[in-house]
Amino acid sequence: MSKGIFSGSIGRKFVMSLSGLFLITFIVIHLLINAFSLGLCWDGRALFNAGSHFMATNPFIQIMQYVLALGFIIHIIMGIRLTIQNNAARSVKYTHNNPGANSSFSSRSMIITGILILLFLVLHIKDFFIEIKFNELGGLPSDYDLLLAVFSQPLFVGLYVFAFIVLGIHLNHGFQSAFQTLGLNHKKYNPIIKGASVLFCIVVAVGFSSIALFHFFNV
Amino acid sequence: MDFTLKIWRQENATAKGSQQEYKVKDISSDTSFLEMLDALNQQLVEKGEDVISFDNDCREGVCGTCSLYINGEAHGPKKLVTTCQLYMRSFTDGQTIYIEPFRANAFPVIKDLVVDRSALDRIQQAGGYTSFNTGSAPEANAMPIAKEDAAAAFDAAECIGCGACVATCKNASAMLYVSAKVSQFAYLPQGKVEAAERVLNMVAQMDTEGFGNCTNTGACEVECPKGISIKNIARMNREFMCASLTSE
Repeated sequence: MSKGIFSGSIGRKFVMSLSGLFLITFIVIHLLINAFSLGLCWDGRALFNAGSHFMATNPFIQIMQYVLALGFIIHIIMGIRLTIQNNAARSVKYTHNNPGANSSFSSRSMIITGILILLFLVLHIKDFFIEIKFNELGGLPSDYDLLLAVFSQPLFVGLYVFAFIVLGIHLNHGFQSAFQTLGLNHKKYNPIIKGASVLFCIVVAVGFSSIALFHFFNV
Repeated sequence: MDFTLKIWRQENATAKGSQQEYKVKDISSDTSFLEMLDALNQQLVEKGEDVISFDNDCREGVCGTCSLYINGEAHGPKKLVTTCQLYMRSFTDGQTIYIEPFRANAFPVIKDLVVDRSALDRIQQAGGYTSFNTGSAPEANAMPIAKEDAAAAFDAAECIGCGACVATCKNASAMLYVSAKVSQFAYLPQGKVEAAERVLNMVAQMDTEGFGNCTNTGACEVECPKGISIKNIARMNREFMCASLTSE
């Protein structure tokens, strides 16, 4: 009667959890390289361009780029599939429901925040990845200049900051949820995981946003 | 106390249901929720109308028969109680109260507020037992069990199978129920014997019954009248993965 590991409901949870944690490692590296551009302890332009060049040319990163794309695809497709299945599990909805009494907003809105992040990802890939990879930066001298060009436009800065807040909300549930799914629930460590989850989502949302705003007000 | 009740009425499993409004007057604050519904049904009997069907049995909060989704929460607004142990003093005079059946495709409505929760029984039948002969009672000290483990097994065994976890979950997932049934055995040496087979079979049955997938919102443990913790879900996930990786 035993089914394949990843075909059952718990197996699918594991896939969401592991792919999510993998994407989190990407976010950490991304935030770190973005922070280079602030020029806090070195020339921001040189450091950011060097970091960006490393990410674009290092053979290991080149391979990981495909793994990352796969991670995104798995996480997105599985997330959408799970949501469709979960909605179908209750076809007649409650006429009067009070979910705020028992669960957090972020835990209930994962698909909404997830789709918003996906839309942002499309915009972000168009703004940076495609410009760098296929459009020779649209004539700009370096990656740093592209960053300045994008973050000089109020509409883009606004959209990016909104996306970072949404990402923070998504991560607030996603981070701690990943541990629960993997069975890592322990009285001693739960408060640490919860605390790390809140801290991490704030660092991500505030970190990315402040970098965008820093360049917007500095240009 | 007076109340306006908006109650889900549905003739049978296939009929289309709707929310109907009823008024009850002069209800004592010490009346239980089910007694309040009894009083309403008495009114309906006197008027020659069809009474409202709802599940109930022990009315002592231990059998898991009563259900009801009251004002948007399973077993009503009070935590750690079943509907039968909910008293009208938990509401304000003149309040409008919405009463709906536990909703999930795996819990089809039979009539009005009564739903078929036999899906939970079938999950239990898929592995929620031990099948070996225990023989006569062994010497009590021959099999030492840590007090904490015995207590944790008992905490899980407190699940009365009411289905509030499913009703509350935005995904209609039965993970809390199944995890309690898996954990009550997993903590004890007798349960470890068939642990791998048990978790695989019970989870497979859970998936077959059409419950949704858990997304760790934690709503189930908040609404569970017996306070079953989602740490049992984490434990079941561990048990399931270990069993899946090692089973043949």
